[in-house]
Amino acid sequence: MKPKRTHLYTLAAVAAFAVFLGVADATFDAFALRVLDLCGIYVVLALSLNLVNGFTGLFSLGHAGFMAVGAYTSALLTMTAEQKEMNFFLEPIAPWLAHLSIPFIPALVVAGLVAAGLGFVIAAPALRLRDDYLAIATLGFAEIIRVVLTNAQPITNGALGLKGLPKFAGTWEVWGCAALSVLFMILLTRSAYGRALKAVRDDEIAAGAMGVNVFRTKVVSFTVSSFMAGVGGALLGHLLTTIDPKMFTFMLTFNILLVVVLGGMASITGSVIASIAVTILMEALRFLDGPLDLGVFQLDARPGLRMVVFSALLMAVVIFRQRGLMGSREFSWAMLSRARLPWRRSGPAGTDGGTHGVA
Amino acid sequence: MTLALFLQHLANALSLGSLYALIAIGYTMVYGILRLINFAHGDVFMLGAYLAFYAVATFLLPWWAAFLLAILVTALFGVVLERVAYRPLRDSPRISVMISAIGASFLIENVGIVVFGGRPKGVLVPDVMNVKLGLGGVSVMSVSVVIPVLTFVVLAILLWVVHRTKTGMAMRAVSTDLDAARLQAIDVNRIISFTFGAGSLLAAVGGIMWSYKYPQLNPLMGTMPGLKCFIAAVIGGIGSIQGAVLGGFLLGGIELLTVAFLPTLTGYRDAFAFVLLIVVLLVKPSGLLGGRHVEKV
Repeated sequence: MKPKRTHLYTLAAVAAFAVFLGVADATFDAFALRVLDLCGIYVVLALSLNLVNGFTGLFSLGHAGFMAVGAYTSALLTMTAEQKEMNFFLEPIAPWLAHLSIPFIPALVVAGLVAAGLGFVIAAPALRLRDDYLAIATLGFAEIIRVVLTNAQPITNGALGLKGLPKFAGTWEVWGCAALSVLFMILLTRSAYGRALKAVRDDEIAAGAMGVNVFRTKVVSFTVSSFMAGVGGALLGHLLTTIDPKMFTFMLTFNILLVVVLGGMASITGSVIASIAVTILMEALRFLDGPLDLGVFQLDARPGLRMVVFSALLMAVVIFRQRGLMGSREFSWAMLSRARLPWRRSGPAGTDGGTHGVA
Repeated sequence: MTLALFLQHLANALSLGSLYALIAIGYTMVYGILRLINFAHGDVFMLGAYLAFYAVATFLLPWWAAFLLAILVTALFGVVLERVAYRPLRDSPRISVMISAIGASFLIENVGIVVFGGRPKGVLVPDVMNVKLGLGGVSVMSVSVVIPVLTFVVLAILLWVVHRTKTGMAMRAVSTDLDAARLQAIDVNRIISFTFGAGSLLAAVGGIMWSYKYPQLNPLMGTMPGLKCFIAAVIGGIGSIQGAVLGGFLLGGIELLTVAFLPTLTGYRDAFAFVLLIVVLLVKPSGLLGGRHVEKV
């Protein structure tokens, strides 16, 4: 397949998806639209976690913390003075924050930057650790962030959280961010920098010997990932319109990890597909938490059954199919044409293009 | 602060520290042998407490029989957990094993929510544990005395097993070098199963004692103590049983005494452990009693 034609296909696919979003935005009911937007947010979050875990090989479990920072930053920046006054009835808001109010898009960028700044500060000590120590240290940082958010009453309103955030995160904002994230990740994995990340993941010592600055590469990857997590958190806040510290527990990181593992570590395509599939499944399987009618006997409502399914799914994937859905492969039109045209098996179909995937 | 009040806090810190120590030992034993953070350990702790609760509340057993039954069943559960969730991944990258551990932890918690119900349950504390003991202005419940004593008895037994029996010698060999141990005709799988069983048994003892001291159960009760006790194990030097005990006592002591002396910091209580962890990891990653560990190429 000629490269020009695949570009055309890609353009057509993107346009078709944009049309779908437009139609969805106009015709879907509020619930379906919310699920659709949630899918987009999970795309951003899953890519951000995949950047660190899948592409750089740093097992970080601190995502909920960065999301919390992003969500709070953007909430406090966009809420009007009156809204803040309504929220902070136990203890007044810090005076310098009370009248601060900026538009959504700059607030989103600032949210990402604050999360990235924090990520950078945390990266320096944390990235001296490896594997499981890194995991537990990042998890620790996320817990510390959550405890601080719970206790910094004048800034975050403590355990009460913030309610009545402006609902800025519509379909276009969310999917715009998702598209930017996908584009960024594609460009990154194809660049020299992306290859450096994978080299560090596969063998730090060899990467160092080849002239890759291992520590700097890790720090940059971690910081960029924190930026994306901050933006994702901010979007989530503006979609749900209410945030509190309890939202950002390890449970949230677990959900994103589930998406990344199911999709395949180090696969952008996998993360995108799994984000959409898992988000829709999470909503579609809600009936499991209600009373069940199994024909022969009835079960009372047992909240939690849905998460049993998801934890079991995660374990099953890790034990029986570690690569997840895509492994480290990526989607390409050539892959599709190979799959669709089995009668060309003897022809040259398999040789052209191929996956531009990951070594 | 009066001396009596200080001693009161110290007594509380001692019993909390003992509970932390009991759980931390399980982490340190598993990590020492498999280099694996058993994320599900805190949930095994929860399971032990629930089993004892149901043995008393549903099957009407006397508390000591419930205690024995619960720790044995929990030990068995630990062995099964290793078989199902960790053994198939023995040769996989460490990240996979850790994801499996996290998955196991969430699975146990959520099955717990479904089976036990999400609402907290009140524990019927046996009368022996509920006697008020007074000594010169300090008054503690008998359970707070039983816990440290039990911890030291258990620790003594464990150290005897590890240092004086053949199984213990095999455990030490496996933790030094798994492959070399196998070459010495040590049944590595049996030793790993034994380690998981012993660690889970200790977690169950900790869980049941926890439920006597703080008599309320909920399916997520193991999460925070689980994380904190892993931290205790790291502080003490992971892989070292004495280190885990020391770390447990240090963590319990610091937590309760800081809250006692600086009440304004009470809200930050759950963050102490993590701050301490990060400081220890940066200053002395091998922990207080840990040996030097060189990263091999």
